[in-house]
Amino acid sequence: MSQGAAPQHPHRTLAREFHPRARAAIHNPQIRRNFRKAMDGLMAKRKAAFEDWDLEALRTLGANIRRRALARLPELLVQLEQQLIANGIQVHWANDADEACHIVSNICSARHAKRVIKGKSMVSEEMELNDYLDEHGIEALESDLGEYIVQLAEETPSHIIMPAIHKNTGEISELMHHKTGTDRSNDVEYLTASARAQLREKFMQADVGISGVNFAVAETGTLCLVENEGNGRMTTTVPPCHIAVTGIEKVVPGMEDVTALLALLTRSATGQHITTYFNMISGPRKADELDGPEEVHVVLVDNGRSTIYQDDELLDTLRCIRCGACMNHCPVYTRVGGHTYGTTYPGPIGKILMPHMVGLDEGRHLPSASSLCGACGEVCPVKIPIPDLLVRLRQEAVDGDKLHPAKVRGHGAKRGTVEAMIWKGWEWMHARPGIYRMGTSMGARFRKLQPGKFGGWTQYRTAPKLAAKTLHQRMKERSQ
Amino acid sequence: MADPIKVYPPKPSKVYFFGTCLIDLFYPEAGLAGIHLLEREGIEVHFPPGQTCCGQPAYTSGYHDEARAVAAAQLDLFREDWPIVVPSGSCGGMMRKHYSHLFRDTPRQEQAKAVAARIWELTDFLLNVCHIQLEDLGEPTTVALHTSCSARRELGLATVGPTLLGQLKNVTLAEQVRAEECCGFGGTFAVRHPAISGAMVGEKVDAIVDSGAREFVTTDCGCLMNIGGYAEKERLPLSGQHILSFLWDRTCSPQESGSGEQQP
Repeated sequence: MSQGAAPQHPHRTLAREFHPRARAAIHNPQIRRNFRKAMDGLMAKRKAAFEDWDLEALRTLGANIRRRALARLPELLVQLEQQLIANGIQVHWANDADEACHIVSNICSARHAKRVIKGKSMVSEEMELNDYLDEHGIEALESDLGEYIVQLAEETPSHIIMPAIHKNTGEISELMHHKTGTDRSNDVEYLTASARAQLREKFMQADVGISGVNFAVAETGTLCLVENEGNGRMTTTVPPCHIAVTGIEKVVPGMEDVTALLALLTRSATGQHITTYFNMISGPRKADELDGPEEVHVVLVDNGRSTIYQDDELLDTLRCIRCGACMNHCPVYTRVGGHTYGTTYPGPIGKILMPHMVGLDEGRHLPSASSLCGACGEVCPVKIPIPDLLVRLRQEAVDGDKLHPAKVRGHGAKRGTVEAMIWKGWEWMHARPGIYRMGTSMGARFRKLQPGKFGGWTQYRTAPKLAAKTLHQRMKERSQ
Repeated sequence: MADPIKVYPPKPSKVYFFGTCLIDLFYPEAGLAGIHLLEREGIEVHFPPGQTCCGQPAYTSGYHDEARAVAAAQLDLFREDWPIVVPSGSCGGMMRKHYSHLFRDTPRQEQAKAVAARIWELTDFLLNVCHIQLEDLGEPTTVALHTSCSARRELGLATVGPTLLGQLKNVTLAEQVRAEECCGFGGTFAVRHPAISGAMVGEKVDAIVDSGAREFVTTDCGCLMNIGGYAEKERLPLSGQHILSFLWDRTCSPQESGSGEQQP
């Protein structure tokens, strides 16, 4: 995956097959209903959560914190490593997903670990860690309820915060019945309790707990973890060994930076003022402590991030704090759901992040799958200019700017001879006012010959009708 | 990049009018309505005959060389220091917000920046620069408004349309669910991703029809041809107009409308 090769795993899909999956999703009423209902709910909750806040000021603060952190990323990472080590946490660096998997697997092997319990981590999804561990004889069980459901269904998350949001209660009940023998029920409490009972046992048996990280604080060497179910706390404290995996961009300078980002994160994501659990992990069990893991490891994963970091515009992509608000507010995501993208991260953030991970050849359709409505940029808690980055990647996908040559891996893959010629012709006509006026007035004059069908446009709409006279003609008449 | 604070200019005696290619070809009456409204405010309107297109279709498709060549042909049209008004949030947004970026690292960047700073979306200009006061001469009606995403988000004009329509005493503004959601136009998006765009416009039209309105107005011709074209194809009792046409039609006196310049 890190090399842009086709994923090996049968339940994973390809980003390049966006179109057929989008069509299928559009015509799947269950998908449409589940996402519309869920996204409407999330949008309303977010709105309510920010009602008493000066949201613009808070977003500006969030953006500036992330901007400053990224500006100092190399030195902050060095500081983080020093502080983590001082806290007794073992630090590992991984260039790509495979290397990260290898590191995790080696830590497990060294402990003769066979059973791993996992808290929610999108970086581990990016690594396809569960499959890797499975191939190496290690059982990894997801303990976040949504991830647990997705794992039972042998699927991937369809949303970065709510992985099983594509399923309704009935579908989940049916799945749990088939996979775990749970009685069918529409009672969410009952289903949750059943999953909890099964997971509780696994926590006790687990040799290693693997979690993600929301913020890594450089000054103190603290790993912050945001969650609602308590599974994150158990994952990081019950097993004798805890491995945290995180992208290198998650580092912030100090604890005071976490306050604002946390306020933005939980409100933007689920409309919560604070999550049920907020964990601050500062090292393994000390001699005088009764509980906690004997070993704590952090795997700092690059996986394309340092390449993104080198471009002044693309760098903004790395501000993301993974709240998911961009997908909750995206009219495209709401229609097609997360699996359509065929990427670890779906929705607007996925469209600007994944081309760097899978290459623009594989991800060529991602940047164009947007009406550029700007809803994502409007709600982004750290003000990532998502629409501008989509336009940048569209340019990269067609090698469309000779003055600013494309640099993302796989650039130019979408450039088609016919489309390139159409734009050349368009330029030729529109850069020459005389030709333009002649062409458009001819069009108006012979408007009856206008074709009634126009590709995908007239599949859903009538064709727009040319006016009898152009505005240019009307204005010329007026001045005479 | 931080947005500069928007400072409205004093009401000028002259403006440049950039009509946009969609209005030129498909909706010239909306352009004329905008010009009439400006003239009634006592402003002399100059329509540079060299204008074609702002360059946005190529820009958002990634063809920035072609977009730059077409945009460059527009930059020299506005030699006097007058405001440039644009009857579209989308084209206005392109010129105001993206020209500087499009021309970065070129000798024309300063010129592009200077032009960009003089761009005003026309409804914004009428309301906040001309301080227009509309006198409604039309029959009572209910109308739905679709503010284009570029007018709403890129230019921050979400309240302009409702305020202008609110001045019309016989017009009731219908409330739609998810009024802020995109209609699915998105320029070439509608052609590149027809199924998704079709689903979006379908839900938008349903929301407008459910609001009880039989007429809708928009701030952009792209949305107009999308929403109107879908309603027409589905034979729904819903017709649309550019907001400028609607404002002019309801406020022009019989003498003004007799000038023969409106669409028959």
